[in-house]
Amino acid sequence: MNNPLLKHSWSPYLVGVGIGMLSWFAFWSADHPLGITTAFEHTAAMILEAAIPGLAESNSYYQEQSPKIGWQWMLVVGVLLGSVISSFMSGDREPITVPPLWQSRFGASAGLRLTVALLSAGLMIFGARLAKGCTSGHGISGNLQLAASSWLFSFIFFAVAVLTAFLMYGRSVRDV
Amino acid sequence: MFDPFWKLALGLLTGMVFGLLLQKGRVAKFHVIVNQFLFRDWTVVKIMGTAVVVGAVGIYALLPTEAVSLHIKPLVWLGVVAGGVCFGAGMAIFGYCPGTSVAACGEGRRDAMVGVLGMLLGAGLYVILYPQLSSLLESWGDAGKVTLPEMSGTSPWLWVGGLCVLAIGAITLSVRGSSGESPRFPKGDRNVDASSTEGPSRETNPMMETDRT
Repeated sequence: MNNPLLKHSWSPYLVGVGIGMLSWFAFWSADHPLGITTAFEHTAAMILEAAIPGLAESNSYYQEQSPKIGWQWMLVVGVLLGSVISSFMSGDREPITVPPLWQSRFGASAGLRLTVALLSAGLMIFGARLAKGCTSGHGISGNLQLAASSWLFSFIFFAVAVLTAFLMYGRSVRDV
Repeated sequence: MFDPFWKLALGLLTGMVFGLLLQKGRVAKFHVIVNQFLFRDWTVVKIMGTAVVVGAVGIYALLPTEAVSLHIKPLVWLGVVAGGVCFGAGMAIFGYCPGTSVAACGEGRRDAMVGVLGMLLGAGLYVILYPQLSSLLESWGDAGKVTLPEMSGTSPWLWVGGLCVLAIGAITLSVRGSSGESPRFPKGDRNVDASSTEGPSRETNPMMETDRT
């Protein structure tokens, strides 16, 4: 068990230092902050452009932005691959549909969990695009640059998420 | 349409390290994210706080050498506020954030895979509504691409230094808080299973301050 890749988890501080240093590398090597949601926006924009003829002419998005398969797009593919490698090496595979904590509060229905996941993930990324960043783009990359927008975004999203979580699960739910 | 090959390869490599770190950090897990917002697991704050402090020191140290440049997102008031509200509610319900949901797919979590589809739909909605949204979002004004030091007319090192002090203080309190209650761990064991140090550290609120400064 000397190979750290075989371990299920690393210290959160070690992981944090790693992500901090990885962002030095990203700024230096690609002149890019770590960020995830732009790639989703670009993918959706390219699919829509292909699916709806004339959209690129009528929608100002396509005049002001240039969706592409770029560094950020491959970053997302890399996150998937990195997690696949990490979880297979440690055996930390979790092929579950309804997380136990969710199940303890809302029941075992896969349909309910998947419907809510679809809608809430949609709401989440819509918010991320309104603010131009997510937990990576604002929460890590923006905050470490001391960007005013990122600190405000982080404060608001954390507060709203705490409120939402307590409304959903209350204080009574057991630790799962 | 495509970046040059070297840049794509660089993105893939950077992403793989990022995905590995997220998975090993246990933040690709529903209960770790949700329990953070219920103040029962401080993993998310520990990782983000440490990443921000380490990142800030390096980026501001490299800035004068011109090896790096800042990429600040504009402070469009309505966009940041409304975006933060939608994002916070969505993340708490979904139980993953955009990056960690991709990592969660890598672990095999099926609700995260459906969520990734939902993210594409949500992003599509944003693209469709973009012309209307871009004028609406400006209605509260736009403070531009400003940093906190610029806004306050202070040195960035004052802020970076402040964050370092807060982080060291929070980690010290957190470690002391957990070693008081739990049986003593050999030092190496902490790294094996971070969750064993989670519970007792709740009271000491580690690193929360760095998020609220």
